[in-house]
Amino acid sequence: MLTLSSISISFGGLQVLQSLNLTVPGRGIFGLIGPNGAGKTTVFNLITGLLVPSAGTIDFLGQRLNGSLPHRITRSGIARTFQNIRIFKEMTLLENVLIALGGRASYGAASVLLPWAGYREAERLDRESARGFLARVGLAEKAEQWAGTLSYGEQRRLEIARALATEPKLLLLDEPAAGMNGIEKQQLVEEVVKLNGEGLAVLIIEHDMSVIMGLCHEIAVLNFGSVIARGTPNEIRANPEVIEAYLGKEEQTHVRSEEMLS
Amino acid sequence: MEWLESFWATYSTLVLSIGTNVLLALSIYLTLATGLLTVANAAFMAIGAYTAGVLTTQAGMPFFVALFFGALTPALVALLMGGPTLRLSGVYLAMATLAFGEVVRIIILNAEGLTGGALGLNGIPQLTHGFDVGLTVALTLYVLLRLARSRFGRAMTAICQDETATELMGLNVRGYKLFAFVLGGALAGLAGGLNAHFTFFISPNEYGFERAVEILAMGVLGGTGSPWGAVIGGVLITLLPELLRGLGHYRPLINGVILVVIILYSPKGMWDIVRRLRADLRLPVVN
Repeated sequence: MLTLSSISISFGGLQVLQSLNLTVPGRGIFGLIGPNGAGKTTVFNLITGLLVPSAGTIDFLGQRLNGSLPHRITRSGIARTFQNIRIFKEMTLLENVLIALGGRASYGAASVLLPWAGYREAERLDRESARGFLARVGLAEKAEQWAGTLSYGEQRRLEIARALATEPKLLLLDEPAAGMNGIEKQQLVEEVVKLNGEGLAVLIIEHDMSVIMGLCHEIAVLNFGSVIARGTPNEIRANPEVIEAYLGKEEQTHVRSEEMLS
Repeated sequence: MEWLESFWATYSTLVLSIGTNVLLALSIYLTLATGLLTVANAAFMAIGAYTAGVLTTQAGMPFFVALFFGALTPALVALLMGGPTLRLSGVYLAMATLAFGEVVRIIILNAEGLTGGALGLNGIPQLTHGFDVGLTVALTLYVLLRLARSRFGRAMTAICQDETATELMGLNVRGYKLFAFVLGGALAGLAGGLNAHFTFFISPNEYGFERAVEILAMGVLGGTGSPWGAVIGGVLITLLPELLRGLGHYRPLINGVILVVIILYSPKGMWDIVRRLRADLRLPVVN
């Protein structure tokens, strides 16, 4: 579904991704993990068009993405949430979702200006479907509240509702469980499984291993800008290279403890 | 009706100025509400004023045709200029548009054959009447109020709050910005055309830095939460110097103090005060 081929990008002198290859299958939940600074969010920014790779190609459903503007990439069926929540705090929940519906242009400028051109009806339908998206993440009864008044977990759910309103085929979740308590994490896992069951492919970045291992059908591990391992959760858990990337080499810790003792 | 006639004889220029200033405030409301700090509106006003003025005085065109081109020409200039400059944001955009204003002023100053240069354009027929200004303001307000409540207005507010997030919701952010900039340019040009046809005389210095800041002050003072904010700002900035006439040389000082106080206590402008008052009185909020 989504293929990144030999993608490279550097910021200043720092090579963040070095000829990265990654294929995300059209169904299922795909995890992208790795230590801090491995380049995970950079991958998301490249896919969604916020960054342009210095080399390599990104293809989505047979369409070349790199070089496209972000809003076109979203319209082609990729939606995302953000590591640091980016809802519109000074708008109501309903308006937040309505913005996302706005990309589809349910009515034109002319119908806004001419009272008889059916703009009220189009607006009413938009509001109805926006309420529908809020209901899917359990926020329907808070539709008229300011988004800034929501709890952290609710804000993350609103972000998902907003992403869903763009009608994506692939949903990118950037650390959706960050800052959530145990119950909220459980709800998140159930919600993502449900969405995936409805046919939505998911690419998820997450540090919480219980969430990743419980959700993902397949995982890729990123370290220093390249994929060092790929497989099912069980394969990843047993992979010595992955353990090394996360915890360091055994000898090194050994040496360090020896140094400390002496 | 006698008092009305004498009132109009004394205050017609002031009333017409309020009208054109409200148009200018609405023109900068469009860009401010989209999160763009542009100060090119004085230059767009100049282009509109000179286009319309030259067309009536030198080409003998009918008033409404001159006004039409007075709005169209700055809109086209905005369209050409918007592509490269609207990639900038914040202070950089303000500086680029400020520089553009100077360029326009200097071009007008040097195109003596057409504009009269530093001597200004003289003898513009006084064709603007209360009716023209009233109708233009009413129509503009109607259009902008409807836009503000539609998905277009929501998109503008969203861009103002978080441009990147808006873009990733599938909205053409560059398109919306250009739309706000071009429509703002057209409105400023229209205001310039109307203004030129009741002041009899225009000169390049009327459209310099001071005018640019004055227009910005109207937008900021009124607030960008609704087109009504721009109306409040335009009316207040026009009336303040008249109301403070008794203070003589201290007028600009008091003007500045009032602006500072409003920005300190209600950073979102006068409209926000009105909005909060209405919320307190539990009246239904229109916008």
